[in-house]
Amino acid sequence: MAKITLENLAHSYLPNPTGEDDFALKELNHDWADGEAYALLGASGCGKSTLLNIISGLLHPSQGRILFNDRDVTMAPTTQRNIAQVFQFPVVYDTMTVRENLAFPLKNRGADPAYIKDRVQQIAHMIGMEDSLSHKARGLTADAKQKISLGRGMVREDVNALLFDEPLTVIDPHMKWELRTQLKSLHHQFGHTMIYVTHDQTEALTFADKVAVMYDGRVVQMGTPQQLFETPEHTFVGYFIGSPGMNVLEATVTGDRAVVGGTEIPLGQSFGTPAGKVELGVRPEFASLQSGKKGLPVTIKRIEDVGRHKIVRTDFQGTEINIIAPEGAEILPDMNRVVFDTAGVNIYSDSWRVAPEVV
Amino acid sequence: MNKTVNQKAWFLILPVLLLVAFSAVIPLMTVVNYSVQDTFGQNKFFWVGLEWFEEMMSSQRMWDALARQISFSAIILAIEVPLGILVALNMPKSGFWASFCLVLMSLPLLIPWNVVGTIWQVFGRVDIGLLGYTLAAMGIDYNYTQDFYAAWVTVIVMDVWHWTSLVALLAYAGLQSIPDAYYQAAKIDQASRWKIFRFIELPKIMGVLMIAILLRFMDSFMIYTEPFVVTGGGPGNSTTFLSIDLVKMALGQFDLGPAAAFSIMYYLVILLVSYVFYTVMTNLDKRDGR
Repeated sequence: MAKITLENLAHSYLPNPTGEDDFALKELNHDWADGEAYALLGASGCGKSTLLNIISGLLHPSQGRILFNDRDVTMAPTTQRNIAQVFQFPVVYDTMTVRENLAFPLKNRGADPAYIKDRVQQIAHMIGMEDSLSHKARGLTADAKQKISLGRGMVREDVNALLFDEPLTVIDPHMKWELRTQLKSLHHQFGHTMIYVTHDQTEALTFADKVAVMYDGRVVQMGTPQQLFETPEHTFVGYFIGSPGMNVLEATVTGDRAVVGGTEIPLGQSFGTPAGKVELGVRPEFASLQSGKKGLPVTIKRIEDVGRHKIVRTDFQGTEINIIAPEGAEILPDMNRVVFDTAGVNIYSDSWRVAPEVV
Repeated sequence: MNKTVNQKAWFLILPVLLLVAFSAVIPLMTVVNYSVQDTFGQNKFFWVGLEWFEEMMSSQRMWDALARQISFSAIILAIEVPLGILVALNMPKSGFWASFCLVLMSLPLLIPWNVVGTIWQVFGRVDIGLLGYTLAAMGIDYNYTQDFYAAWVTVIVMDVWHWTSLVALLAYAGLQSIPDAYYQAAKIDQASRWKIFRFIELPKIMGVLMIAILLRFMDSFMIYTEPFVVTGGGPGNSTTFLSIDLVKMALGQFDLGPAAAFSIMYYLVILLVSYVFYTVMTNLDKRDGR
């Protein structure tokens, strides 16, 4: 178990990167606290696997340092870092039995046979494969193979960190819940530092204490699920997390007033006069459809009833605004105004959040 | 929905039937025909039953040729398979040098058999050949036309030179298809180089390797041209393999009956071994696949 520190870390796959665009992973400073569960969330190609491979030592960064418990491991090979990693697709040793697969990392490190036996039994119990320990790994289902991979990742107790690279992609939906819950309880039990890469927000939000959202080679926000939901630091976090994502509207802001498409709306707090491209972001949960004269005039395009609530898709001067209405709410033909709850309104300048002025 | 029954559809397989008949069945039947008859010339044949088969089964000459043939195939497989894997493991994985190696290794495969024979025939000659002359100059007694061992070594080295590429290329293709994650996982598990080979690479290339072994077995078991050009089956009968012996018998001595019986048994042996390989190969995929 270890604290992992990233110092000025950046990586480019090109031999001589010139501009910032050449970097798959842009400069980054970060601490991963000992014993916490993190998720790295982002769309494909945002650099999350690059970051994971740098931490595991499969890739050496173009610049910067990585420290495990304040010890520099930037150039240390994977074997010296004492980490475990579970990959997207199951990696099992086909010709070995399930038991041999689970024992392999311990055996290679010369662990005591009696200890190996106990530990393998314990892990097999955890992943629910006690019955098939003597089976050959070849011919097992993808689910079972991935469970073996997970088990092999967890079999060593002294690992510095456990890294997961979208490990549940190939698993059946009902097993996903089960395994995720198991991982979480394992984390509570052993307190490993865990880093979990995924593009699935549900997976990230349910698994991790803290989620790092990555966009275009950068960690744009790191926070608890609640922070990501309430105060997205970047418009990308806003619309990547949430279903549907945050509504982002171009606006001009002066003090505690915003003008969106010719309509003035109160913000509740003052934001000064933000420069650059100013946008107003509000989650569908904080928008409501009303009749009357207040709010933005919209036309309703369609209503999707998802069971626990309704998603109202509306059009405001060519921009889509989504609204979440409670399941029981009636939507009348004269409801053509959108009103935002000021508590859920965030202001962005050049895509980054502007903090309200403290009065 | 009712299926339309149209027996005329059988005519559609007629072309294939004709092709197979003319390319395989009819020639084979003429051989069968010869194997059960004898002639005193003038194109007059009479029925002898299985006599030729009995004669061939008790012929020391055929058993000797078979023993030489099996030894030859076993030796070249024992050299070419491990060597091919070794070459494949050490080839560059990508970039210019990978393509370069691939082209370089394909070259021997493109040379016609008799040309390969001629190359080595000249190469090994003590008077003008680079290899033979050099060896002789180094004081090594090397003469493939007179010495049993020299002849065997020459024929084997020639085959290894000609065909190891095939095994290497197939093994290389198998190795290329292993996802990177396996190697990364192995690093994390602290597996040694040997264990990576034993538990990741070998199992993953087993399928193509079996194909390589099958191809090499069949080809080497039927080898004719190269040793015929280099040693002509000699010295004595020491490199007279099955097909060389067969040709001698059929065309040299014009013993059509025994040669035909011999061909059929030869054919059955190859068929049998190929069938065994095929069974092993398909079972390999299904093993433990419950």
